[in-house]
Amino acid sequence: MPEVLKAPLVVEFPFTRSLGPVQSAFLTGLRERVVLGVKTGDGRTLVPPVEYDPVTSEEIRDLVEVAPTGTVTTWAWNHAPRRGQPLDTPFAWVLVRLDGADTSLLHALDATGPDAVHTGMRVRIRWAEERSGAITDIACFEPYDSVETPEPAGHDGRFEDMVTGIVAPARLDYTYSPGRAQSGYINALSDRRIVGERCPSCRKVYVPPRGACPTCGVATVEEVEVGPGGTVTTYCIVNIKAKNLDIEVPYVYGHIALDGADLALHGRIGGIPYDQVRMGLRVEPVWTDGGRYPDHYRPTGEPDADYETYKELV
Amino acid sequence: MSKEPVAVVGIGQTKHVAARRDVSIAGLVREAAQRALDDAELTWADIDAVVIGKAPDFFEGVMMPELYLADALGAVGKPMLRVHTAGSVGGSTALVATNLIAGRVHGTVLTLAYEKQSESNAMWGLSLPIPFQQPLLAGAGGFFAPHVRAYMRRTAAPDTVGSLVAYKDRRNALKNPYAHLHEHDITLEKVQASPMLWDPIRYSETCPSSDGACAMVLTDRVGAARSPRPAAWLHGGAMRSEPTMFAGKDCVSPQAGKDCAADVYQQAGITDPRREIDAVEMYVPFSWYEPMWLENLGFAAEGEGWKLTESGVTELDGDLPVNMSGGVLSTNPIGASGMIRFAEAALQVRGQAGEHQVDGVRRALGHAYGGGSQFFSMWLVGAEPPAS
Ligand SMILES: [Zn+2]
Repeated sequence: MPEVLKAPLVVEFPFTRSLGPVQSAFLTGLRERVVLGVKTGDGRTLVPPVEYDPVTSEEIRDLVEVAPTGTVTTWAWNHAPRRGQPLDTPFAWVLVRLDGADTSLLHALDATGPDAVHTGMRVRIRWAEERSGAITDIACFEPYDSVETPEPAGHDGRFEDMVTGIVAPARLDYTYSPGRAQSGYINALSDRRIVGERCPSCRKVYVPPRGACPTCGVATVEEVEVGPGGTVTTYCIVNIKAKNLDIEVPYVYGHIALDGADLALHGRIGGIPYDQVRMGLRVEPVWTDGGRYPDHYRPTGEPDADYETYKELV
Repeated sequence: MSKEPVAVVGIGQTKHVAARRDVSIAGLVREAAQRALDDAELTWADIDAVVIGKAPDFFEGVMMPELYLADALGAVGKPMLRVHTAGSVGGSTALVATNLIAGRVHGTVLTLAYEKQSESNAMWGLSLPIPFQQPLLAGAGGFFAPHVRAYMRRTAAPDTVGSLVAYKDRRNALKNPYAHLHEHDITLEKVQASPMLWDPIRYSETCPSSDGACAMVLTDRVGAARSPRPAAWLHGGAMRSEPTMFAGKDCVSPQAGKDCAADVYQQAGITDPRREIDAVEMYVPFSWYEPMWLENLGFAAEGEGWKLTESGVTELDGDLPVNMSGGVLSTNPIGASGMIRFAEAALQVRGQAGEHQVDGVRRALGHAYGGGSQFFSMWLVGAEPPAS
């Protein structure tokens, strides 16, 4: 069996988040080196704060300041920090119950090794030098040996110039594989051949093949070469330029039923003014050197296909 | 044993807008849920379970809303479920909640769907750069536009039908205080003069990008008897799916949509939907989908849906009003849009739709679809309890 293709796929987006009143105060506080919790109906102080009481479901807005010192309630050693984590040398993930709080905050503890960390140890916040109103304004925690507990100043959570939104970048790193059937299809494209697979049950030819027939639920293995000619079954004219696409507008995005295929694939129609493309137009692929797929499809010059011959494929 | 009848006794929506920067996602869903509870005159303690739906995760970057939103929705100590079915999710979420009551698992369930499109980018979410694939298209409009062209070819509908739908829905939205778009100076000429984005779809024939949430309180007979306002009663509900692409798929009128509608009508004892259903809220993100779904849902024969639109039957004062609320064309927090259709259908039979209320609605259909026309969910609600 030929090798299955693989390639890295990075999915990455800077999502934004509106904070609402409680998170807004909490993150603005961090910018000002003030840690805020919220009081619940039963008198507990939650840090980090939430907007709704986990017991009564009532809206809670009573913010109180807690100390920058606290106690580790549990921890795990991180041997190999990854990109974007709080420290780039090995550190402990810790849950810290800050003095004055009834719940624990997840963060990083800068320690020399796992032997230097224990549940119950005293720690304090190490503030980041540059603070913007984000959880990273706490650079990390560090061991705190003094018996003194700094008294919070009693801040009520009202600040000048509140932070109201943050950017929360998300990134997922995948190794993508199109699988056996599509790898065969893609490899054949490099030889300027378009191959599909026929379902052993319904006999339909799938291009591109997925390795199984979605209607019958059975594996497909019989390779069938289709095209190169085909018929435009329907299309649209794209007039808006997408940020991530290097195609000049207007262009025609078409559904093309290649001769011998039982469903249309999608491609760009070129070699003809965009406003002269029509349903039934006969086309063929145009290849470019080194391309993984046809660059576009162009008219063959044959007469248009009769609607009756392709209407089942629309 | 027969199913427990299900009643909608509380409905709440946010005012849908382009960006709700004043609230977190938790604050947004809370607002809709609180309004639904207020409408039902119930408290958080009266809710037995919560069923939540939202748009696909890439759209918003929130992977586990059920975890993050449990406290905002009063779900602590209660069952909480999350439902996924792309754009139809608001409808299927409501149906999952419905089934919990019909099956007598719970007495009163809060169901909610939301999306904050302003914190994400749906076009990006729909156009991930898949290796080895030719990047050709971005967003949903280009995906659906060829199907619209196929509909126009198949039915010989005049080019103007799409603009009639958009003009109608935008005017209906002016009567709905919760709708996102309030285009007070809208004219048919403006719709028809708006630029072609994905020819044959014009700018004014596309849905906006909205932040919003919609919630409903569903309950059993005992709960309905305590309701301070009229209930909407479930007469039928169904979901169907099919692959995005397969040989023989009818992209203009998918079989799964026809089967879903047939199931709902059978449950409700409806044999002639055009005569027996008084109003419809259907999922029309691009204007031409109104005539397409009119056929798919059995309100018109194949090839005839556009005639209902063109002759004014689907206008607010027509014989079969469609999208009285202004529809998806006027409000589209994608994850919530299906539930808004279901809720608006319920508002009509409860007589609670305000300025966009249609007189005498006894039975109304709520419809949602999602993915590449592959998920369908629908419910039919009535002013009277179902005949047992
Ligand atoms: Zn098959």
